[in-house]
Order: sequence, then structure tokens, then C-alpha cells
Amino acid sequence: MQDINGETDMNDYDIVLRARMEGRLTAKDYIDGLITDFMELHGDRLYGDDRAVIGGIGFLEDMPVTVIGIEKGKDTAGRIEHNFGSANPEGYRKALRLMKQAEKFKRPVLCLVDTAGAFCGIEAEEHGQGRAIADNLYEMSALRTPVLSILIGEGGSGGALALSHADRIWMMKDAYFSVVSPESCANILWKDTGKAPMAAEALMLTAEKLHAAGLIDRVIEDNDMKKLSDDIYRQFKGLTTIDPDVLIEDRYQKFRKAGY
Amino acid sequence: MNFKGFFLKANNELEGENFIPRARRITCKKCQKKVSVSQIRKNSFICPECGNYFSVRSRRRILMLCDRRSFSEMYADMESENILGFPEYDEKLSAAREKSREKEGVICGEGRIGGVRCCIFAMDAYFMMGSMGAVVGEKITRLFEYAAERSLPVIGVTVSGGARMQEGMISLFQMSKVSAAVKRHSDKGNLYVVILTNPTTGGVDASFAMLGDITLAEPGARVGFAGPRVIEKTLNQALPKNFQRAERVLECGFIDRVVPRDGLRHDLERILKLHAGYKR
Repeated sequence: MQDINGETDMNDYDIVLRARMEGRLTAKDYIDGLITDFMELHGDRLYGDDRAVIGGIGFLEDMPVTVIGIEKGKDTAGRIEHNFGSANPEGYRKALRLMKQAEKFKRPVLCLVDTAGAFCGIEAEEHGQGRAIADNLYEMSALRTPVLSILIGEGGSGGALALSHADRIWMMKDAYFSVVSPESCANILWKDTGKAPMAAEALMLTAEKLHAAGLIDRVIEDNDMKKLSDDIYRQFKGLTTIDPDVLIEDRYQKFRKAGY
Repeated sequence: MNFKGFFLKANNELEGENFIPRARRITCKKCQKKVSVSQIRKNSFICPECGNYFSVRSRRRILMLCDRRSFSEMYADMESENILGFPEYDEKLSAAREKSREKEGVICGEGRIGGVRCCIFAMDAYFMMGSMGAVVGEKITRLFEYAAERSLPVIGVTVSGGARMQEGMISLFQMSKVSAAVKRHSDKGNLYVVILTNPTTGGVDASFAMLGDITLAEPGARVGFAGPRVIEKTLNQALPKNFQRAERVLECGFIDRVVPRDGLRHDLERILKLHAGYKR
């Protein structure tokens, strides 16, 4: 397992670039590191099986959990197989199916988010990319089982949000979560992608800034899997004792106060 | 009734801005003919020459849909602030207020349509292309909460380029916030009707615009998540002609009815009547 280097003078755009770097841990690595007996489950039961989203069941220590991750792939073949971690509507619908299944069997849900954004394509649009994301936000807001989302790399806009309507949102210290990519932002506002670093600085997209603003709950300093596993386990232990009605109300209030 | 416009195919296919500048006569971007603004106004903001749909200001839209003098506005004083200190945002907000003559990109309130009491919101293309920041999200969320408490239907008219970049993640989270409020309203058995207008895209498309019980759309309106130019660039190919247009989105299964602008009020009346008054 690689270690996050102790670089201290990274600016916000460096963090964005770092979050995209090849060789980073992907969702699969986290699943391997955290979950024993992981069994992958496929398909959205509506149209297809989107390989950008992997999901399944397994044990976190002794606790059965549902895990859903956006997978970017490791090498070229893997990246192509997983569509570079950009999900189609089928991916979001598979995720929602697995979350509903988790709700039925009272399993907590762990989401591992790493995407530049939802896929932009003709089929993605015509299969209802907007509706798929909206449905996840809508249904996750009332899911009667705990959800923890961890941003492990890129948190690209609505495509990342669709797996982040959670009770707790954690972020790796060198991940980002943004309404728009700094390049697009710079291009739209200043017609100059060269100003991406300035956009990155202004967008409030780093784990530390988002934590300070109260939009996320925890910054994970390093990827020590044992420690992360313990933290997730403890979090789930706590959340599963909460009455589902209270859990949903707390989740509602968590997003309700955004900006207010 | 203007019969000339009646027989024309509705034409809503211009990209980008389709605003009416402050003037008596303007040149329609679509047919390049000079048209008087008062004529456009009388014709539901549709070009009497070619059927081009102009953007309708939110306040005007509400007047067009609600019974006369039935609308009372809510949360009218809420205004965006530059929370993140984002470069040039203050100037953009001032310009948007000037251009739209509104304080924010959405107007909310309560009124009657065909005598049926309902809550209504209309987004405003003239205010930063209807982008959703914290205030837009908050106003719509409050409206759904208000409607849920009183068992009122919500009618929403959407037009938006998406989340407002200048508010960063706060604007992205508005998608979650509003969607959760829509869910609560719905779970209490209340009706939500969406009217999609040109364009409804990005974070608004991927949240409350796609969550109606009944989804209507104006002819030719662009409805989609990703911008067409982004898709074209990503795929490096031209897009099909009808791509992301309301008629095509209906074929794909995401819209119930494409309704000409001057028929919207009638459809809303029918829908509201079908959902009111019959209690088992």
C-alpha cells in the first residue's frame, strides 16, 4: 500500500492533480484492504451492468456490509474496462439497487467515491443520467440504513454527489470534491483553462476547507487500512444503534443546513 | 388569439440566450425579422413570425400560470452573498439583479390555478441563467416544506444552467437538500408537477427537475445533464438533431407531455383538478 507523502506546500490545484494521479489507490484497493470475503454483485435489473461502479457484499471485521465504489481501473485495460471511472445511469441505478438491498437486510452501506464526473455521452443522456442521479439523492435521503461515503480521489460534481448523500462524508486528505472541475470553471468564467489553479483555490474543494466549512465530517490523514477499518467499524457501530427515523431526520438536517 | 403562431411548429431550438432586450421592437434571433415586443408579449412570448420561444421572466411566468391576483410571493427578500469570496461574483450578482430586476434566480409563493390552491416556483433565466446557489436551493426547499405541512401541491417551472459555480460545494449540496425536501413532500401524498423549459440542465436536471410526479415540458426545450458542447467534445462527433430536446427526451421516457406554452395553464388546471377534491 502506498503512503500519502508528507508534502506540506501543496496548493489546492496540486491536490486536484494529485487526486487524479495514476498509481493512486482505487476503490478496489480499498475493498481489498477493508473487506473480507467480498462478493461482487452485478447489474441494475433494468438495462445493464455498468463497470464504472462496482458493488457487492462482504464483511467489515465481523459486520456484514454493502460496499459500492466508483472504480477507475489501474492500467490501460482496466481503465477502459471501467470507463475511467465515469458512470452511466446504469451504474447509479445499480448502486441504488444495492442500497435498497442493504436497507432490506439492515446492512450499513459504504460508498467509495472516485470519479471525474458522470459520463458525458449520447446514451448516458438518453438513458436518463439526470434522472438517475436525482433518484439516488431522492431515495438515499430516506434510506433506513446508515450510509458512509468516503471520497478517495476525485469527487467530480453530480456524478460524485450521487453516491454521497450519506450520514457521514469522509475525505482522504488529498482528495477533492467540487461542483465543477477547476479547468471547466476557468474555461467558462475566464475563457482560460490556464487559470485552473485560481479556480481551484476559489472553489473550496479540498478536504480541509470542506471540513472547516462543516460540509464533510472527517479528513483522513493517511491510508492505513487497519486504522481506517477500525474507524469505519466504530462509525457503523454507532450509526446502527440509532433509530432509523432519527437517522433519516439527522441526514435531512445535515444537508438542510448547507449554506444556511 | 394569434392564429399565425398557432399553425407554426413550435420553435425553441436556439442555443444560449433567447432574452428579450429592453426595446419596443427587436429582431428575432431565429427568423431575423423585426417584431414588436408588445406583440411577442401578447403571444405568450413566442415570436409571431416564426414560433421561436423567448425566455419568460419568472414573475411573468407565474402571472401566466396563476389565477388573476391569486399569487402571493414568499421569501422575497432572500439574496445571495459571495460566501466564498469568489472572484467577480459580487459584480455578477449585481449585473444579474439589474438584468432580471429580481433579487434571486427563483420566485416562490402560493397562489391558485383554476381555483386550486397550490405552491409555485419559477426559475429565472435572466438571473445568471437560472443557476442554483444556496438561496435558490433554500427558497425551493422552504417551499416544499411549507407545502408538505399544509398538504399543498407544488408546481415548479425550471430553467437552469445548473449549480452555481461561484458557491462551490455549497451549491452542489443544494441538489441533495432540495431532493430530500421533494421526497418528504411526496411521502406525505402530495403532488409535484414540473414544467421543464429551455434549458434545464446540469445540477437542476439531476435533482428536482427530474423528480416530479408529472413532468411537462415546453416544445423544443433542452433537457439534459451534460452540456451538448461538452458531449460533442468528449465524443468527437456531431450530436443527433433532436438530442436533448423535449420531444426526444419524451421518447426516451423521461417526460410525460410536451405542451405548447399557451396550453400549460390548461393542462395544470386539469392535473390539479384530478388530484383535488376526491377523498375516499
